[in-house]
Amino acid sequence: MPRRKGAPEVNAGSMADIAFLLLIFFLVTTTIETDAGLDRMLPPIEPPETDVIIRQKNIFTVNINKNGQLLVEDELMNLKDLRKAATAFLENNADGSCNYCKGRKDAASSDNPTKAIISLKNDRETKYSTYITVQNELVGAYNDLRNREAQRLYNRDFTEMESEYLNPETPTATRDDLKDKVKRIQDMFPQKLSEAETSTN
Amino acid sequence: MAKFTKKKDGDLPAVSTASLPDIVFMLLFFFMTVTTMKDSSLLVENTLPNATEIKKLEKKDRVIYIYVGKPTQEYQSVFGTEPRIQLNDKFANVDEVGSYILAERAKKPQELQNVLTTALKVDKNANMGLITDIKQQLREVNALKVNYTTYEGDAFNNLQ
Repeated sequence: MPRRKGAPEVNAGSMADIAFLLLIFFLVTTTIETDAGLDRMLPPIEPPETDVIIRQKNIFTVNINKNGQLLVEDELMNLKDLRKAATAFLENNADGSCNYCKGRKDAASSDNPTKAIISLKNDRETKYSTYITVQNELVGAYNDLRNREAQRLYNRDFTEMESEYLNPETPTATRDDLKDKVKRIQDMFPQKLSEAETSTN
Repeated sequence: MAKFTKKKDGDLPAVSTASLPDIVFMLLFFFMTVTTMKDSSLLVENTLPNATEIKKLEKKDRVIYIYVGKPTQEYQSVFGTEPRIQLNDKFANVDEVGSYILAERAKKPQELQNVLTTALKVDKNANMGLITDIKQQLREVNALKVNYTTYEGDAFNNLQ
């Protein structure tokens, strides 16, 4: 065979394959950032027309002072214990009408989960990060209870069901199915977290 | 045979550029996927707190953003170091929040106007006083759905 002069041409036919391989790799590994956070509803500005009388024992008061200390039901509490205390309060079930609750049925605490209200107050100088931590723990208490019931009834977590329900990519049939389940769990432990106006002193 | 005719001396074969479009497209797609559209540049420090019980903000077109935090270094000489509110590209006072929400709401299509969420992107070092004032403003214009935007992470890291 005669020796070729000059450099041989590089076969570039597979270049496109390599390029696509890389493209697919990046497509799979990168996630488009979506914002996430704690969803809350603010109370409407007009007060309700009829005054609802709520008994003191159905309210779980949480006060945060400007140093980030917690006063829960008039007692100083560590932030780490808040979730447990809120959970115990929510499923206390003093009147025995809630058959799925595992509370202590303490007569001095909430009647049943539909009546239990958590009231959160904060000082104007409370740091936002502390406030978010407290909010997170309180929402966490609700989620823990809802997850427990969802596990018992449907063998999966409530938070997972809810995010699938809210995800616009979920097929409509699945969403309709989830809608009733999510609603049912939500009604078992309705989220009643009131944020009163901030105290000024 | 004609196939084996000698090439001219010192003549390098041209490098094939047939795959250049592929490479360019690859880069294009890569950047298309990773870039998130930013409609306003941040004038305030915005280190969000952590939380675990978070929900995703799914539909971007239904969200109105409010940023709160200490002005960044370059604006500190003018606006001081106290946390401020940023609406769109400007610093604003608390009493402008209501009208901003109304203006933003009017820009959205009719069918979305009732399902808007206000995302509060608040720096973790801000005080609740300002947030309470914003919340009061939001209640006045009936924008009751809020989302405290956070990072995902252990909430107790916030306290350090």
